[in-house]
Amino acid sequence: MTPDGSAAKVVEEDPGLPLAVRGMTVAYGEKPVVFSVDARFPAQSMTAIIGPNGAGKSTLLKATLGVVPSLSGSVSVYGQPIAKARHRIAYVPQRASVDWDFPARVVDVVAMGLYRELGLLGMVSRKQRATLMHCLERVNMADFAGRQIGQLSGGQQQRVFLARALAQNADLYLLDEPFAGVDAATERAIIDVLKGLKAERRTIVSVHHDLSTVTDYFDRVLLLNIRKIAEGPTATTFTAANLQATYGGRLAATQINDLGLAHAGA
Amino acid sequence: MGADFVQLSLTPILIGVLAAVACAIPGNFLILRRQALIGDAISHVVLPGIVLAFLVTGSLGTWPVLAGAAGAAVVAALMIEAIKRLGRIEPGAAMGVTFTSLFALGVLILEQSDTSTVHLDVEHALYGNLESLIWLDATGWESLIDPTALTLMPPELIRMAAVTLLVGALAAVFWRPLKISTFDEGFATAVGIPTRGLGFALVIVSALAAVAAFDAVGSIIVIAMFVCPPAAARMMTDSLERQVGWSIVFAALSAFLGYVIAGYGLTWFGIRAAVSGAGMIATVSGVILALACLFGPHRSRIGAPSAS
Repeated sequence: MTPDGSAAKVVEEDPGLPLAVRGMTVAYGEKPVVFSVDARFPAQSMTAIIGPNGAGKSTLLKATLGVVPSLSGSVSVYGQPIAKARHRIAYVPQRASVDWDFPARVVDVVAMGLYRELGLLGMVSRKQRATLMHCLERVNMADFAGRQIGQLSGGQQQRVFLARALAQNADLYLLDEPFAGVDAATERAIIDVLKGLKAERRTIVSVHHDLSTVTDYFDRVLLLNIRKIAEGPTATTFTAANLQATYGGRLAATQINDLGLAHAGA
Repeated sequence: MGADFVQLSLTPILIGVLAAVACAIPGNFLILRRQALIGDAISHVVLPGIVLAFLVTGSLGTWPVLAGAAGAAVVAALMIEAIKRLGRIEPGAAMGVTFTSLFALGVLILEQSDTSTVHLDVEHALYGNLESLIWLDATGWESLIDPTALTLMPPELIRMAAVTLLVGALAAVFWRPLKISTFDEGFATAVGIPTRGLGFALVIVSALAAVAAFDAVGSIIVIAMFVCPPAAARMMTDSLERQVGWSIVFAALSAFLGYVIAGYGLTWFGIRAAVSGAGMIATVSGVILALACLFGPHRSRIGAPSAS
């Protein structure tokens, strides 16, 4: 967002690095909700953004994408400014951020993922229609293609959002709390798809709430509480000490113990 | 239905239908974006614009009026955005503040200036002058292929037709980004759709439709047509494409039935009086909405906050 300095910095970034965020600061009114966050998300990694409520996890994601304005900060996607790399990003917003009474069928929503391919007036080809159905099959929602979206359960809605992101055929997937309020079957289906994406050499960044599944699902973590507390491989970064620093008193010591983590430095 | 009909009723009906359709098309998106009140806001704020345009140019000609009204609509749209962002006030309240204060400003300017001598009164603003938009030079249906008679059609018809075509064409071309950003603004921004520009353009196009319609048929039709046909259409289908189609049908039907009932209908019941066409058109659109609410196959909670 700063004029010349950041543009120069962006050019220096490694084209093999899916996402780098520098000095990201976002404020609502006077109060900063994300303050000077630097983060790098390496290729083929699966990163959980973790932190307490109000830590700015979703905001960091949205500011990265330009969905909310940032006060300062630069973003590079595969070494390029984001405006030139949007075709390589798929975004899954929070399910509750839209009105599911909108007049559309499941397949209409998934087709929105083809926007960059179709442009203003392009028609959905037979091949693209097959792609859409394949994306729905990957989230076990093929039988619901013609269903009005208002009739879906929360978990089904989340899977439709994921199918739309699959239709974008991106290299970098940014997800905002994909497991929030979904049933166990949906959680399983989503994590299988995400692990499949990783196996296809794609990169995943997800805002995540459930500390008990972090080590199972993600190989990297970014601990955030307005400022970045820590980032790195789950094994070395998702530690009791870092969690304490991120959550402060809000996370009881017993809860941390329940996670069965090695103590700091171990 | 002969020469009389062509002379006295054909052009008002056509203008009414075109005005209704021009407002109903953007109305679909405004309702889904919970901005339905914007039609109301625009039809109020055009008053100061028209008054100022008159004071500046000294004329109540078509173009000064349209320019003044469009300018006021743009100012209002900017004001609503500014109030929302700077004051962090919810959109409905921002619209309410904007349109009442601008309308009041218009009334003050109107009072303080000598514009009261010209034909710029509240009744005209509310009901328009649909009944006066007659085609005196027509001699019957054959006039529709008579070039001389055609050039003497009311200019409002040509203007309204041009605006309706423009609104329809813009909706068709920008359909996909409009649909995506109306459903999910965050996703739309992420794929590179300029959502703020598009949202602003939607308001400007709505203002254009409102101003053109306002000039011909008054603000009652404008307010009703932004809301009633799209809201009724939502009850008929669960597809945005079909919803817009239904809204066009309902808008046209309201305009046609409303005008015919106002002009002829009461005599069928033995009442020898005619009522305002604009008022009856708005009433019919309300009746259609009520019927759709009661019997529409896809009645849902349109306008209600989402469950989660």
